[in-house]
Amino acid sequence: MSNSNSHATGSPYAPQTAAETAAMLDVVGADDLESLFDVPESVAFDGEFGIDARSERATRREVAGLLSRNADLTEFLGRGHYDHYVPSVVDDLASRSEFLTSYTQYQPEVAQGFLQALFEFQSMLVELTGLDVANCSMYDDATALGEAATLSQRVRSVSGDRILVPEHLREGKRAVLSNYAEGPDLTVESYPMTDGVADVPALADEIGDDTAMVYAESPTVRGVIEERLGAIGDLAHDHDALFCLGSDPIALSLLERPADVGADVVVGDAASLGTGTAYGFGLGMFVTREEYLRQVPGRLVGASEDAADRRAYTLTLQTREQHIRKERATSNICTNQAWVALRTAMHAAWLGPDGLVDLAEDCVTRARDLADRLDDIVGVTAPIHGRHHFREFLAHTDQPASAIVADLAADGFAVHAVDDHLVQVCVTETTTDATDEFVAAFREVAK
Amino acid sequence: MPQTSSWRRSGRWRNDTRLALLGETPWDKPRPASFTLDTGVSRVKYDQARWTDDSDDLYEPLLSEKTSKTVDIEDSPLPDDLTRDSLSLPDPAEPELARHYTRLSQMNYGVESGPFPLGSCTMKYNPSFTEDVAARADAAIHPGRPDSTVQGTLALCHRLQDYLGRIGGMDAVTLQPPAGAAGEFTGIQIAKAYHEHNDGERSEVVIPDSAHGTNFATAAMAGYEVVELPSGDDGRVDIEALEAAVGDDTAALMLTNPNTLGLFERDIEHVADIVHDAGGLLYYDGANLNALLGRARPGDMGFDVMHYNVHKTFATPHGGGGPGAGPVGVREELAQFLPNPHVRERGGNYEHYEPANSIGKVHGFYGNWPVLLKTFAYIARLGDEGLRDASAKAVLNANYLAEQIEYEVPFGPFHHEFVASAGEQDAADAAKRMLDYGVHPPTTKWPEIVDEALMTEPTEGETRRSLDQLAAAFNAVAGDSDAELADAPSRPAAKRIDQVTAARNPQLSWQALDDT
Repeated sequence: MSNSNSHATGSPYAPQTAAETAAMLDVVGADDLESLFDVPESVAFDGEFGIDARSERATRREVAGLLSRNADLTEFLGRGHYDHYVPSVVDDLASRSEFLTSYTQYQPEVAQGFLQALFEFQSMLVELTGLDVANCSMYDDATALGEAATLSQRVRSVSGDRILVPEHLREGKRAVLSNYAEGPDLTVESYPMTDGVADVPALADEIGDDTAMVYAESPTVRGVIEERLGAIGDLAHDHDALFCLGSDPIALSLLERPADVGADVVVGDAASLGTGTAYGFGLGMFVTREEYLRQVPGRLVGASEDAADRRAYTLTLQTREQHIRKERATSNICTNQAWVALRTAMHAAWLGPDGLVDLAEDCVTRARDLADRLDDIVGVTAPIHGRHHFREFLAHTDQPASAIVADLAADGFAVHAVDDHLVQVCVTETTTDATDEFVAAFREVAK
Repeated sequence: MPQTSSWRRSGRWRNDTRLALLGETPWDKPRPASFTLDTGVSRVKYDQARWTDDSDDLYEPLLSEKTSKTVDIEDSPLPDDLTRDSLSLPDPAEPELARHYTRLSQMNYGVESGPFPLGSCTMKYNPSFTEDVAARADAAIHPGRPDSTVQGTLALCHRLQDYLGRIGGMDAVTLQPPAGAAGEFTGIQIAKAYHEHNDGERSEVVIPDSAHGTNFATAAMAGYEVVELPSGDDGRVDIEALEAAVGDDTAALMLTNPNTLGLFERDIEHVADIVHDAGGLLYYDGANLNALLGRARPGDMGFDVMHYNVHKTFATPHGGGGPGAGPVGVREELAQFLPNPHVRERGGNYEHYEPANSIGKVHGFYGNWPVLLKTFAYIARLGDEGLRDASAKAVLNANYLAEQIEYEVPFGPFHHEFVASAGEQDAADAAKRMLDYGVHPPTTKWPEIVDEALMTEPTEGETRRSLDQLAAAFNAVAGDSDAELADAPSRPAAKRIDQVTAARNPQLSWQALDDT
């Protein structure tokens, strides 16, 4: 093993020298390291994993070599995972080891900094949604939606076991929801959409007293801004069902406040702020009404006072959680995405309210402008839904979508194939500069 | 309790060491603000210049208290009925932002701040270079790309699946679960799918009373009845109790090995036979795998399904509570149930595919990819030799530390962690007092089989010197009065925090703060 530091054998992060190890064994009263293991012979492992140790430099080179096999594409991709510019100061501050290498704040007196940062994160989500209580993260939008479905079963005012979701829903999100729905025996059913938005009369036909939760998204997975959220919320409440709304913090900076359309729970992915594209790595938002506080999954940071009567922060209402309530906990979640939430709060604060609103407005106009340009191409209709869009939209192509995707990839661009002749295109400030080339390439492949 | 005497050693060496420490260290009370534990070699101490914004008796006000702005939404590109009216948020300039979070970080204790012997959490050093690996631009890709354009990512995932399989003795591994508890949920859903596929539904999951709370919550979340198994007098699985608990309804037994007392379940093969004879599956909770790398593998012990806590065993940082990752390994027969998609190699190329009887998905995309990259880098850096050494040194450190402390350690032989008893002291108070001695305390009051438990896991990352210092902190607390414990801590950013008021009068946002 070619280590560059003085620990020539073993783990480079185990600092005991051979002499120290011998002395420590002596103190413990053991002959050697092996004798410290109380493992029966019959199950002891005496083989090798066959994993060669590499130097730090060699490891980095190996990862670089592997990842060089990823094609260098300019991604006009979205559908729940978005690339927004993350300022350097976020990387810099979040990388401080006091944040990065700390644990869950079970000793709040030495974790005031992270607790305050999470308290600020929760507060930002409260402002964005108009609801009262935000937890300090779930894994991603899909698992947050799953948790919302199980919440519906713990809320006394709700009866029923059907979860209604929009016809246009990311497959992965629905698959996760189905897994969460299995334990409490919930059924997940779709309600139809018309021209990109919820078909409210059809939803009215679908919904019944056996409905536990109605889920809607704005923007939808297709980037359409939902226009009748208030009516959907009313329908849900008329049937004693929860109204759960999916969105993200950038969209919420501009769109109707969830509280104003009757949302009981807001879920979604917040990593679009603070973390760029990361192969689907996310940050689940979970925000709800105060009346459901004791049923909220995950960790909550609250303000209290210390013995000197000064304001102090602490994890609170932990009797909801698995380490205390065990099988009666509101969720099994323990490790969450706290550090991702820290980054999101930093990014939101860096933008400030002006920056957030500007960014959200750009998400509307950039999608509109790009759709207009693609619509000018012969063989392309964009957007296919005559609605307002956020970041992304669907385009109909006379050529098969699979051919469009493959041909664009050959030109260095990525878009989604959604159906035989439907592609989805997403644009943000990180791809705006490439738009001219993208449109030119699209014109060629659409022929 | 059995074995008390053999695990409550009182060797002269320890006492001598403590006396030497006491002789060199100013224990007079109250502790000066610059108090540090010191072996007496070097006595350089200082107070760093520290600018404070204490106008409101706060070290660092909330962002909202420093600068806030309301923006009215007007002339937006959307019709008014689709937009909110206004948005009010903090509006710091970048220099203010940098100072805010730097100051918050100064009120936070991490692995690089000092000893962090939090039992069951494996707070080991997180190598810096893995951060650079995860931050690579060519790793920052979108999950919506076709497989043919992400061959590098898929190749790395495939290699990590393979590595984890070898380390755990498992035939197939999924990387999708984003945390340990998500891994448990995945594993129990796999067990459910297995039973439904073979012999029909089963209704119970058996879990020892000393297990992590997540085990119970996971089983309930998946729709199972929980059967709690009382521990035997020796702290391990009670075979008679297990035989009584396991039957035709048993879907799985969830087990941590070594268990939360650090004890290896010596009868593991018998345990496996009992569960398998009843048609159940054996689930391995990977929280304590750092004890066994290269010494024993769950697959060889008879486990059918396991999760790995990469943020424990494989040194990815805990990030103040997350993100982690909880890959799940299974034996061959269960590979058909793994989450969708799974990565495989075909003729030199890599692809996603859906296992034949997949349980579906447990994460919206592919899991916590940046964390998995760090995991891969750590495993590659250490290799066979390093991984074996990491466990050996983790076990050595735990044994050495236990030898130095005055609190009784009732159960042994333990491995990477031990559970001491604070005895007549309140363990939670003792933990608060440890903060005054500049170290992070152990996990407290759990597992309940030990009175006033101090669950201690120093990890391989501590030196003999820092273990001596840590032991001195334990022993100083052991010698402190109940009154001193009850008043602790006095040195951290906050004094003892009122948990009761926090829960009775929840203030969970700056909007909800009482106007006092």
